[in-house]
Amino acid sequence: MKKSRNLFLYIGGAITIIMTAMIVLGYFWTPYSPTEMNGSAKFQPPSLAHLLGTDNFGRDIFSRVIEGAGTTFFIAVCVVFIGCVVGIVIGSLCGYYGGLPDLILTRVCDSITAFPSFLLALVIVSVAGSGTYNIILALGILFIPSFARIVRGEFARCRDLNYIKSAKLMGAGGFRIMFKHILPNTFPVLFSAITIGFNNAVLSEASMSFLGIGIQPPDASLGSMLSDSQNYLRSAPWYAIGTGLVIALLILGFSLLGEGLQREDRRG
Amino acid sequence: MKYAAKKFCTLIITLFIVSLLAFLAFQVIPGDPTTDMLGTEATAEARAELRAELGLDRPVLVRYFDWLFSFVTGDMGTSYSYRMPVSDMLADKLPITFLLTIMSFLFTVVLSIPLGILAGSTRSKALDVIITAFDQLVMSVPAFFIGIVACFVFGNIFALFVPGNFVSYTVSWSKCLGYLVLPALSIAIPRIAMTVKMLRSSVLSQMEQDYVRTAHSRGNRRSSILVRHVLKNALIPVITFLAVSAAEIMTGSIIIEQVFTIPGISRLLIASIANRDFPVVQAIVVILAAWIVIVNFVADLLYQFADPRIRLR
Repeated sequence: MKKSRNLFLYIGGAITIIMTAMIVLGYFWTPYSPTEMNGSAKFQPPSLAHLLGTDNFGRDIFSRVIEGAGTTFFIAVCVVFIGCVVGIVIGSLCGYYGGLPDLILTRVCDSITAFPSFLLALVIVSVAGSGTYNIILALGILFIPSFARIVRGEFARCRDLNYIKSAKLMGAGGFRIMFKHILPNTFPVLFSAITIGFNNAVLSEASMSFLGIGIQPPDASLGSMLSDSQNYLRSAPWYAIGTGLVIALLILGFSLLGEGLQREDRRG
Repeated sequence: MKYAAKKFCTLIITLFIVSLLAFLAFQVIPGDPTTDMLGTEATAEARAELRAELGLDRPVLVRYFDWLFSFVTGDMGTSYSYRMPVSDMLADKLPITFLLTIMSFLFTVVLSIPLGILAGSTRSKALDVIITAFDQLVMSVPAFFIGIVACFVFGNIFALFVPGNFVSYTVSWSKCLGYLVLPALSIAIPRIAMTVKMLRSSVLSQMEQDYVRTAHSRGNRRSSILVRHVLKNALIPVITFLAVSAAEIMTGSIIIEQVFTIPGISRLLIASIANRDFPVVQAIVVILAAWIVIVNFVADLLYQFADPRIRLR
């Protein structure tokens, strides 16, 4: 199997690294100021000076897209972090100890995952109000069950394996077994769950901001920019297309990476 | 039949829990709707009066059963901002959203199943690679971006339709459905890609099974094995996936309605969230949730119908 290269992994990794590098760079430096208006350069089509053209205020779209992608990226990373960390704690406790709490939590997680996270996020945001941190919190909570479920499954599978039994015989405590012995075994599954979760987070954030109930101006995210750009579809189609392509690339990179990791894992 | 009955009981219980949660979610809201309605200057008496008028002064559980009962009988409460029955506000908007959802779902089913079977059964390496690569690409494009591009290409360049010029089904069915084709496709395309991917791997794994080799050795043609044996087994996991899709399509249509300015529930929902008009949000959330639960119920029945091995557990 060495012959067939894992193209998914390479291409996905390349896209992700380039996008991440651009976003991280964007926190410190952008070609133009994302907020500086230039009345003499409105609606300029893409050129060497403005890679993705300019918008209705003459702002450089490329710089704005990088900034917006930064916001979206930040939210997605926080959301996945919350979901993953809390999910690991809940999932490992449930999977390792089992019993009634496990049964109840599994049921609750199942019923939450049965619903589109977007709808639940709408409810939370409508109750708690919009804004960056509420969105992170709302989406983060909704991402816990999917991680908890995966981790729980792996823990329940590993719990009765021989190496855990021998670790127990050697006197290792519950926490040591859970986090030192079992957790590393969940990493392959966990990594592909993280890539899927990241994509869902980007998509959910973009959708919510697109609808105007996510990030509020003056903060820009890819979703809110896309919704803005719709008004200028006729005069500046590059605005919408540039922004949309960045969202698509961000998701594509991670989904290829996830697919590649899964294949790598199956290959053993 | 026993299976259906049991699933039906689960359906009722789930609906009950969902409605309770949807109700309770809107009870823990910080702030007081009367402050929003009357302003911060309002006197305590005026507020108490309004609370009584809205029925906010009674215990939570009493209000829940009251609300549930009237909800089932079609009275969904009164909007805080418009002082108008919620059911009246939803009456002309919900059918449009449902129409869009159903159309999009049909596109997903009709287009993804043949494509998935083709991808799973083709022996041409090139075709397989093309489909897999294209699939992965399409899956990464959010539906609302596809919608915007469709608006631009078909609305602005080819001028085949005017974005925003929606004709209601009460005026002309054909024009209404015609307008909904592009939005429905925009939602369906990423879903189709996901279903194709799933069906492809499902067909592939079935093709490796012993029964396929047996059928082959008995002289059956490949195409007839595919249609008569493999398809039936390969579709079983896809049914569950399509049920999940139906739920996602519903939420997808909320976004797409904004792109194509379709007067469905989307705009009302977003305006209500912004205005903290909770009876409206609550009603919409409960209806959407009920739709999801019912779709899952139907999927469970279909699942059992397709695979009689699934029995009561």
